[in-house]
Amino acid sequence: MEKFKQLRSTAIPLEIENVDTDQIIPARFLKATNKKGFGDHLFKDWRFHKNGEVNTSFILNNPSYSGNILVAGNNFGCGSSREHAAWALVGYGFKVIVSSFYADIFKGNSLNNGLLPVQVSEVFLKNILQLIKERPDTILNVDLENQTISAENSELSEHFDIDPYKKTCMINGYDDIDYLLSNLERIKEYELNKAMA
Amino acid sequence: MSIAENGMKKTLFDKVWDAHVVDSIKNGPEILYIDKHLIHEVTSPQAFQELEERGIPILRPEQIVATADHNTPTVDQHLPIKDELSRKQLKQLTVNCKKNGITLYELGHKYNGIVHVMAPELGFTQPGMTIVCGDSHTSTHGAFGTIAFGIGTSQVAQVFASQCLLLTKPKKLRITVNGKLKPGVLSKDVILYIISQIGTNAGTGYFCEYAGEVFETMSMEGRMTVCNMSIEMGARGGMIAPDQTTFNYVKGRKHAPKGDEFDRKVAYWKTLPTDPGAIFDKEYIFDAKDIDPMITYGTNPGMGIKVTGTIPKITDTSFEKSIEYMGFRTGESLLEKPINYVFIGSCTNSRIEDFRVAASYIKGKKKAQNVTAWLVPGSKQVESQIIEEGLHSIFEAAGFELRQPGCSACLAMNDDKIPQGEYCVSTSNRNFEGRQGQGARTILASPLLAAATAVEGKIVDITKQLN
Ligand code: SF4
Repeated sequence: MEKFKQLRSTAIPLEIENVDTDQIIPARFLKATNKKGFGDHLFKDWRFHKNGEVNTSFILNNPSYSGNILVAGNNFGCGSSREHAAWALVGYGFKVIVSSFYADIFKGNSLNNGLLPVQVSEVFLKNILQLIKERPDTILNVDLENQTISAENSELSEHFDIDPYKKTCMINGYDDIDYLLSNLERIKEYELNKAMA
Repeated sequence: MSIAENGMKKTLFDKVWDAHVVDSIKNGPEILYIDKHLIHEVTSPQAFQELEERGIPILRPEQIVATADHNTPTVDQHLPIKDELSRKQLKQLTVNCKKNGITLYELGHKYNGIVHVMAPELGFTQPGMTIVCGDSHTSTHGAFGTIAFGIGTSQVAQVFASQCLLLTKPKKLRITVNGKLKPGVLSKDVILYIISQIGTNAGTGYFCEYAGEVFETMSMEGRMTVCNMSIEMGARGGMIAPDQTTFNYVKGRKHAPKGDEFDRKVAYWKTLPTDPGAIFDKEYIFDAKDIDPMITYGTNPGMGIKVTGTIPKITDTSFEKSIEYMGFRTGESLLEKPINYVFIGSCTNSRIEDFRVAASYIKGKKKAQNVTAWLVPGSKQVESQIIEEGLHSIFEAAGFELRQPGCSACLAMNDDKIPQGEYCVSTSNRNFEGRQGQGARTILASPLLAAATAVEGKIVDITKQLN
């Protein structure tokens, strides 16, 4: 997993609530047996019309917006547990998602792929969306060590929460397998006790 | 009672969770032991690959069970799969299972089926266990008093490597439904009603217990339908206390404990229900008499109304976008809406009971001309039972198409897709945009309402017909 400490980037505002993982990556693209190439199919049915033409009204196709941060509406990543959604977002180039609420499994999947889900208050989300729409060149500064997100040249700044264990993993690029394997003896002991119970 | 005494009182969820904690990280998550790991073709290949690349062996292959379901055809299953990518994905599963000594019920096997139908039916699912699968509807197994939840592929790899997961204990939620259900109201209506009342993220961060007379008197099939859709209100999982109904269901199944061992287990399972007075972080209480046959009108499962209701008037961009996608207007009733597609299937409603309900309505009637009606059993065993009980002749005579088992049009990963712009009354669990095919519009309902829709060719007030 890639290490993550801090990111300065412009952002793309996706002002839609309850974005489910079927939209992030539709089921027909789940046939691959490796993690590559999912970025091409990110938000496929919103980015393209059924005849394959680019949907110019979708925000990812708006040339005014770019960057490695996606700012999305409440309850992002609900629905299917497919980790392909996180792979697609990472594959497309996103490193940070900002929303006021995430579905549990999506949040875990993101953290396991070095994609930081920053959870902000609803007011902050509203303000930041507004600001980015007014000034698409706004730079957001996401600082994981200090757990802050702020918009440069503005008053907007907020502290965000993250599980301390997950934070350490993100900063150092560790994953859970490393940790679990270092506890293998403990796990086997548990199995033994259980079998005897 | 002192606070300390009250603090000792545990919920069903606490009891099962605590019995599986291997260790706790200070200020961090806990190491939770997983008893059973179910896998399928779509979310496992990258996990196998990851372990292989890192040279890590699978710790407990005997605790893993695999099936092919998401990406399988539902016709001509004996022929080679036409779609090359699907064929490759299934082959990869077979190769991975063989290499690692994992039991696989591949396409065509007499135990093949949707993972959440197959495992309970074979007795793999038992009270008090922890069960995971790379699939969000793993919550289904909670019907047995099991902690069961969906995981991502990285976590599939973690369980492969260590038979454990690193998790923070979720908060506890209880939903109680008192009273008796009205005629024509099925378990599917109960869960659609609950989600319509509390919304699609009310359960996020929680594990839910369903309690009250409605669930106590429900069959195991019904309980599975309810627990299945826990994820649709954001909850990681749902559980129902194991009782005599549960024990009777488990008893005698292929992988269930036998003889003295079974009796010993039952004695333990009886200790699992929530202690009276145990505290939940959040509670909702509903009354069965307020629940009617339900349908959804939007693009998330919380957008549900009673079948005789009207679409609410809400001004909000996400709501408007959703209604526009569905081609509906606010204030509109869906009664009499012509429907061309009906799907009875998915891990929510593809068990024998669901087909019995459908058949009892369909018997002696004919499917409407305009309707394409697919019946997709959840497993090979359900398929055989449909034939054994003679239900297939009822379906055939009425013009319904009984297909072979699989996830099918629930997620439309195979060829079972609903065409652009068409409505489908579906017994599945998700009405997301394009879920059943690009541009398809899904209306979620119970198997009874789905059967009635197929016969009438439009949405009807089922309660009127029953009276
Ligand atoms: S039937 Fe649908 S919801 Fe159930 S496991 Fe298959 S795809 Fe998922």
